[in-house]
Amino acid sequence: MARLNMVQAINLTLSEEMARDERVILLGQDVGVNGGVFRVTEGLLEKFGEQRVFDTPLAESAIIGSSVGMAINGLRPVCELQFSGFSYQGFYALEQHAGRMRNRTRGRFTCPLVVRVPYGGGIRALEHHSESRETYYAHTPGLKMVIPSGPKKARALLASAVRDPDPVVFFEPKALYRAIREEIDESSKEVFPIGEAEVVRKGEQITLIAYGAMMPATLKAADLLEQEDGVNAEVIDLLTISPMDEETLANSVQKTGRAVVIHEAPRNCGVGAEISARLVEKVFLNLEAPIRRVTGFDIQMPYFSRENLYLPSKERILKVARETLAF
Amino acid sequence: MPKRKVALNTKLEFVSILDESGRVDSKLDPAIPDEDLLKLYRTMLLAREFDERMVRLQRQGRLGTLVPCRGQEAAALGSCYALKSSDWVAPYIRELAGCLWRGWQLEQFLMFYSGHEEGMKIPDAVNDLPLCIPVATQTILAVGLAWAAKIKREDSVVLCFFGDGATSEGDFHEAANFASVFKLPVVFACHNNLYALSIPVSRQTNSKTIAQKAVAYDMACSQVDGNDILATYSVTREAVERARSGGGPTLIEAITYRLTYHTTADDPSRYRTTEEESEWERKDPILRFHKYLGHKGLIDDSRRDQWLEEISSEVQQAVDNAESFSQKNTLDIFDYTFDQIPPSLRKQREELAEFMEFAKSFERGKA
Repeated sequence: MARLNMVQAINLTLSEEMARDERVILLGQDVGVNGGVFRVTEGLLEKFGEQRVFDTPLAESAIIGSSVGMAINGLRPVCELQFSGFSYQGFYALEQHAGRMRNRTRGRFTCPLVVRVPYGGGIRALEHHSESRETYYAHTPGLKMVIPSGPKKARALLASAVRDPDPVVFFEPKALYRAIREEIDESSKEVFPIGEAEVVRKGEQITLIAYGAMMPATLKAADLLEQEDGVNAEVIDLLTISPMDEETLANSVQKTGRAVVIHEAPRNCGVGAEISARLVEKVFLNLEAPIRRVTGFDIQMPYFSRENLYLPSKERILKVARETLAF
Repeated sequence: MPKRKVALNTKLEFVSILDESGRVDSKLDPAIPDEDLLKLYRTMLLAREFDERMVRLQRQGRLGTLVPCRGQEAAALGSCYALKSSDWVAPYIRELAGCLWRGWQLEQFLMFYSGHEEGMKIPDAVNDLPLCIPVATQTILAVGLAWAAKIKREDSVVLCFFGDGATSEGDFHEAANFASVFKLPVVFACHNNLYALSIPVSRQTNSKTIAQKAVAYDMACSQVDGNDILATYSVTREAVERARSGGGPTLIEAITYRLTYHTTADDPSRYRTTEEESEWERKDPILRFHKYLGHKGLIDDSRRDQWLEEISSEVQQAVDNAESFSQKNTLDIFDYTFDQIPPSLRKQREELAEFMEFAKSFERGKA
C-alpha cells in the first residue's frame, strides 16, 4: 500500500499497463526526457526505452493523428496533450477519424487509443490553460469521455481506458493532481468500468451530481448541508461523461426528487444540460423542484485573478442546493 | 564572423520515361515483366470504364455525388505496383486504378457512392485505409501506420496519396515533419493535377514545385510525369526501397491532370479552358501506354476491344450486385459506434425500432 497523489497514480498505471501490454506506447510533447510538464510520465522513458516513449515535435494534430494511425496498425497509443486549451488543433483527428473509423469501415479498423488531457482552472495559469471543454468530446459520436476525481479512480479508469477497444479522451483535473492522496494497493490491478457513475455519499433529500475537479467543493457543500441545515445530500461522481450512466443518476433522483448539477465548464449546452434533460425524461413525476445547475458562466474563463468568481465554490453549490430544497 | 554558405540537401529531378507517342527511354525503362504490363494495362482500362460508368449512373440518379478519376490512372497505379501486398496505402479519393490493383472490389465503390457504409469495409486481405474525404488528414494517419510498423519492427511501407491542395494544409507539413524526424517508412505521393477544385496550383503555392517542399524537411523528393506509368512506378519503387531499408520518407510530386470533374457537382468550364483540356487529352496515360504496348507487340486494338467487352460485363455484374444489395438490418447504424453498445445508445436504437413500427402502422392506416 502507498499513499499516492493523482500524478503518481497515473504514472503507476501507465507503467503497469506498459508492462502488461507491449502494444502500449506513450507519445507527446515533453513526455520523455522531461517526464511531462506535470511530471505524470516521469521515469517511464528510462524504464521502457525510446521504442515505447516518444518525445514528439510540437504539433497536437500530428500527435493525435499519428496515434490514430498507430491504433489502426495494432498499437495502443496513449498520447498526452499538455493542456486542454491546446487540444483543438488535434480535435479534428478525433472528430474526423478516431470516432468514425470503426463505423466507416464496418469494424475492419478500430482506434483503441487514449488521449490524456490536463484540464480545468484553479492553478493560477495563463490564458488557454484553465478551461473545461469536455462537451466538445462528449458531443462527438464514437469517443468516450472520462474524468476521474481522485488518485484511486484515476488509476482504475485509466487502466480501463488503455484496455478499451475504442478511443477514450481522458481529462485529468490538474487542480487535483497533487491535492489529494489516497491509499493505493499496488499489488491489486483495480479497474473501474467506463460508463458507470458512482454514488460517493449516500443521502435522501437532494442529489448533487458533479465530476472531476468539482468533487471536493461538492462534497464540502454536502457536509455543510448536513451540519448547517440537517439535510442529507446524496453525491454522485459522474466519472464517465460519455457514454453517460443515466440509470445511476435517475435512481438517485427518483429517491430524492431534487437535483443540482455542478461543473466548471460553461453552462450553455454543457454536461449539466444533458443530465437535466435525461432526468426530466426519466423521473419527471418524481421531481419536487426544477433541476438546477451550478457551472462556469457563458463567458471566456477569467484570468486567474478573478477565476474564483467563475469556478463553482462550495458556497455557490450550497446556495443553489438550499433554493432547490426550499422550492 | 563572416557570412557563410549553409549546405542544403537538395536534389530534385523530373522523371519521364514514356512520352505521349509511346516512345520509351530505354535507359530508364524499369523492365516490368510483360505479363505485369498487360495486367496493369487491363487495370487501367477497367478503372477508366468503371469510372465513366459510375458518372453515367450518377447522372441517371442511381449513385450520389461522386469523385471521378479519369486521367489520373497512371499516377495511382504505377505507385501501387511498387508495393508488396503487406504494405499499406492511405488513399485520398481519386486513386481508383490503384485501389483496384490492391484488391478493392468494384462493388465497394458503388456501395460507397450509393450511401452505404459497407463500401468502405476494406477486404481483410487488403492493408489499405478507406477513402479519406477531409483533405490532407490521411497524411498524418499514414505517419501513424508507418510509425507502428517501425515500432513493431515490421518491414512494411506506407504509400500515402493526396492532391496539390493538400500541401497547403498544416497536416501535410506536420506529417512530413514527423515522418522525417522519426525516419518513418512513408512515401508521400502528391498527385498534382494542377487544380484543387477550381483553385490553380499557382494560387495554392508560390513554390516552383511541390516536390521542393521536402527540402525543408531534409526529405528525398522527385517530380515525375504522372501520366507515365513507367515513371510513376520507377520513382515510387526507389522511394519504397529507401523507406524499407530505413532511409526514411520521400515526397513524390506526380504531375497529372483530371480529365473530368472535381466531383459530379462540379463544372470545370468555370475555371479551365477547353484548349487546356484538349491538350491534356493528348497526354492521356492510357493512350500512351497502349501505344507502348503496341510497339512491344503485346497488345493490339482487337485484343483491347475484346478486353473492353469483358470489362463492360464485369462492370455490369458489379452494378447488378451492388444494386441488389438490400439493407437487411437498418438498425445496425448503431452497431459500429463502439465495440459494445452502451445502454443509453441501446435505448436510442430501441427508440428507432419502435418508431419504425409506428411508421409502418401509420402507413397502413393511411392506405
